Amino acid sequence: MKNQAALIEKTIFVILRLLSFSVIGFLLLILGYIFYKGASAISWDFLTQMPSNEMRSGGIFPAIVGTFYLMLGSAAISIPIGIITAIYLNEYANNPGVVKIIRLGINNLAGVPSVVFGLFGLSLFVVFMDFGSSIIAGSLTLGVLNLPVIIRSTEEALMTVPGTFREASLSLGATRWQTIYKIVLPSSLPGILTGIMLSLGRAAGETAPIMFTVATYYTPGLPSSIFHEVMALPYHIYVLATAGTHIQETRHIQYGTVIVLIMLVLLLNLTGVILRYRFRKRLSS
Amino acid sequence: MLFKRHKSVIYDLVLERAFLVVAFASVMVLFLIMLFLFKEGIPVFETVTVDDFLLGTEWYPTSEPARFGAFPLIIASLFVTMIACVVAIPLSLSIAIYLSELAQPVLREIIKPTIEIIASIPSVVIGFFGMVVVAPFLQDQFNLDTGLNAFNASIMLAFMAIPTIASISEDAISSVPMELKEASYALGANKWQTIFHITLPASLSGIWTAIILGISRVIGETMVVLMVAGGATTLPTSIFDPVRPLTANIAAEMAEAPYQSDHYHALFAIGIILFVITFIFNILADYLSNKYKFKEN
Repeated sequence: MKNQAALIEKTIFVILRLLSFSVIGFLLLILGYIFYKGASAISWDFLTQMPSNEMRSGGIFPAIVGTFYLMLGSAAISIPIGIITAIYLNEYANNPGVVKIIRLGINNLAGVPSVVFGLFGLSLFVVFMDFGSSIIAGSLTLGVLNLPVIIRSTEEALMTVPGTFREASLSLGATRWQTIYKIVLPSSLPGILTGIMLSLGRAAGETAPIMFTVATYYTPGLPSSIFHEVMALPYHIYVLATAGTHIQETRHIQYGTVIVLIMLVLLLNLTGVILRYRFRKRLSS
Repeated sequence: MLFKRHKSVIYDLVLERAFLVVAFASVMVLFLIMLFLFKEGIPVFETVTVDDFLLGTEWYPTSEPARFGAFPLIIASLFVTMIACVVAIPLSLSIAIYLSELAQPVLREIIKPTIEIIASIPSVVIGFFGMVVVAPFLQDQFNLDTGLNAFNASIMLAFMAIPTIASISEDAISSVPMELKEASYALGANKWQTIFHITLPASLSGIWTAIILGISRVIGETMVVLMVAGGATTLPTSIFDPVRPLTANIAAEMAEAPYQSDHYHALFAIGIILFVITFIFNILADYLSNKYKFKEN
């Protein structure tokens, strides 16, 4: 009886391990396969040249620039609003009803499907505010999409600052804002940076929200105003892989673009994860 | 001195008010999303009844007269979500149990961030992999007309849902108090018996929250189903049939729908369906995670 229970335990633990490692294996398979097929497409010219010959050759420079602009633009919206929201919720708010409403808003905003953000951006920013399909419309859409990401990680960072820090500052006669600015924010900076990195990664990788608000198949030059359309890495992958008449001929460009996008997103996320990891470790020690 | 102090106190109070206004931005955005979805989506019901829209089986937005029956799209969404859950839930729970109860600390420190990495991979990349690698593979293995179908999309969606379900479940499982487990060990139960009879039941509400949030993410995912599900607007009869979920339909047709046409409004109405479904799921998850939670001491 006892032996049987031990056998069952052993079997189940083996299965749990196998299933867990199979997921990691699938991740490695995806990354490995894409790098194996696409590494040869990456070159300095690929990163710095305009596309040529109807996208069949040349580089992806305008898509890299477009994605970079969208990251900056969305960060300009989501970082200030997100951090201020988190500061209010964690440092100032004293009315539980108000906090509950704001949190409900944030949680539900986090759950809105990305394509619905696209519809929202199209109807409000592109059409109603008449920005047209443009960097500003796309940045605003990605910016509001990223609000919950920034708010949550900033709040998490603020919460790890011990209450005694605040009490010490307040007891010296500092106001709440002076305490936040001089004590709380500096001690939670790595955690806040984590949120910024994660949100930049998300802005770079999202496709559905930019499809109707900013992304375009091809631009002859680089954008010169925030009211211009841009090419973007994720949209470039989607369009080359699904539309047009040269799907097979552009395969190596598709793989190359996927690698550039993955590298960009992974780099941002790894930086964020490592920052958070060290931040947590420092706090627990 | 007194004057200076007074000024900084006023400054503090002004900032508090200003920050409160900014903090309402998320609520306002959510409200604006609803407002604009309904403003652009409701007009379609001047040409089609709510019943015909939700239950009609023919989606021919460009024929004359146009037919807006979203039922196959709704079924497609539910269909791929269900298969994705069947795949994702056991895998996610395995990871959650493995990480919280079995893994050595060193391995845990490696595997946890690796799972987080999965969550960060852009959906267009997963879609691309499903298209150029998994689809030809499935087509060969099962002798199919096309590898772009509900099954392929579900596998890719399951992979994307795993980080959400696994990490929230793991939090729930880790938060079960040690005393409960020790009581079980003291009665002679082994580790698996304790996990199965004590730890898992005790963290069930957290696991449900995780599953609901995972489902919500799968239903709203766009690029993977747009690129991999096959795009047919007919009712599926097998898991290897091509389908077109709600999200994919919006993304596929928005570019060609003339502004303020019935088609344009119909796509926003689909957006309303998606918004309402995910809204309900999020409220449910919120409720569950607040209702049953071990108090941290």
